[in-house]
Amino acid sequence: MSFYLGLSAILFVIGVAGFIFRRNIITVFMCIELMLNAVNLSFVTFANYHKQVSGHIFTFFVMVVAAAEAAVGLAIILTVFKNRTTLNIDEVDSLKN
Amino acid sequence: MVDLLFFGLFATVAVLCAINVVVQKHPISSALSLVGVMASLAVLYLLLGGEFIAMAQIIVYAGAVMVLFIFVIMLLNAGIEVRRGRSWMATIFGAPALLGLLGVLACLLVRWFPDSPVIKFGDFTGGTAKEVGMALFTDYLLPFEVTSVLILIAILGAVVLARKELD
Repeated sequence: MSFYLGLSAILFVIGVAGFIFRRNIITVFMCIELMLNAVNLSFVTFANYHKQVSGHIFTFFVMVVAAAEAAVGLAIILTVFKNRTTLNIDEVDSLKN
Repeated sequence: MVDLLFFGLFATVAVLCAINVVVQKHPISSALSLVGVMASLAVLYLLLGGEFIAMAQIIVYAGAVMVLFIFVIMLLNAGIEVRRGRSWMATIFGAPALLGLLGVLACLLVRWFPDSPVIKFGDFTGGTAKEVGMALFTDYLLPFEVTSVLILIAILGAVVLARKELD
């Protein structure tokens, strides 16, 4: 079981690394999906550990929220690209000054 | 023994694909690597006894969400990302903070589960579509309905955000 939780932690940290170091807004979004997947893996592992199906239900809800988030987030990316013609997150800094 | 072999194989594939997501320059390559991560995670869900969740992972994530991503990448004609002007905070504190986060997670893991049981394939069979459906429509009925409202709002928001301005 600790193998599964360790794999979940490693995937989550890789997702955080991409979130910090990447500059392309779509890649940053994909790293968020990677982090959600890592957390889903630990949910399913705990469902196996406790022999209860509740962890699967939580994973199901996380998937639903991730799908909704992907739809809205990609629409926001489309709008930003239409107005700015850039995908670099450093150049989207209207809130800064 | 065989399930440990399968775990090792697909965990390695998942970690390699995840690293590939981060280091690839082109968004399409990252997206395809992310499909690899999701497929190997679906195999791990099967090993853990989550049949319904494994199929939902393939259909929803690898099928729907990643197709949406690839559509947007192709629509925006996203090319290779330019590397310049990295923020100095990410450059200096990034790697130590990540190693610290991994260390904290590993420490909590060792402290909370010092004698964790070995997971064998087939010792948990409560993840079938029947069991998940029973739990979803009896104990978790209210969250399920609230989720459907959430999806409706998300669809409306996406349509409003992405439509062309009519003027």
